[in-house]
Amino acid sequence: MKELNILYFASLREAVGCAGERLPLPEGVCTVGALREHLAARGGVWTALTTGRNLRAAVNQRMVDGDATLAPGDEIAFFPPVTGG
Amino acid sequence: MSVSVQKADFDVGAEIAALSAGRAEVGAVASFVGLVRDSGQGKNVQAMTLEHYPGMTETALAEIVAQAHQRWALLGVRVIHRHGRLLPGDRIVFVGVASAHRGDAFAACQFIMDYLKTRAPFWKREETPDGSHWVDAKESDDQAAARWEGS
Repeated sequence: MKELNILYFASLREAVGCAGERLPLPEGVCTVGALREHLAARGGVWTALTTGRNLRAAVNQRMVDGDATLAPGDEIAFFPPVTGG
Repeated sequence: MSVSVQKADFDVGAEIAALSAGRAEVGAVASFVGLVRDSGQGKNVQAMTLEHYPGMTETALAEIVAQAHQRWALLGVRVIHRHGRLLPGDRIVFVGVASAHRGDAFAACQFIMDYLKTRAPFWKREETPDGSHWVDAKESDDQAAARWEGS
């Protein structure tokens, strides 16, 4: 069974205490926004996923908004606004 | 490949020269070099660490370069972005653009930097005597990128 590959970067990675995880697509979760809520529902440090200011997401390495749909095997990344350059 | 994401430093002169080497149709090369400052959002910045998202970083930069090619008549583009721990005075980023005329080169160079600042997945962490902290994104960077939309 193909799992989601979820990645966390920068301050969010530090807040949740891990760089990523693999997870079967949870039942009833079909968008990036719903996945964010699902992960935050773990409570504790995971609430950073809904309280993080302007948190951004990418699916398969393209920036998306919360309405983007998910499929098993997708790589989803959550991160704060970027600050390169 | 015109985009590199690397730990190593780069040679600005060699990169600029390479953009026009053996190409008599190039009439203009514009370039930008970004450096680590000793004061950022914190004072007395002693070092800066750049985290990135391997894979997506290269894709995002290549897409920005492709957009620049659609907007202007460009003859060559080179983007280098470093990651890892850097010290004040170290080079972070290089953008070089070659074109027949200066207008295209200037505009594309600025466009690429403005988009890179808001769309390429890099994050900066500053080290100061008071500890280290993540650098917050600036609204002015979003405004700089937004001015290219609809143009």
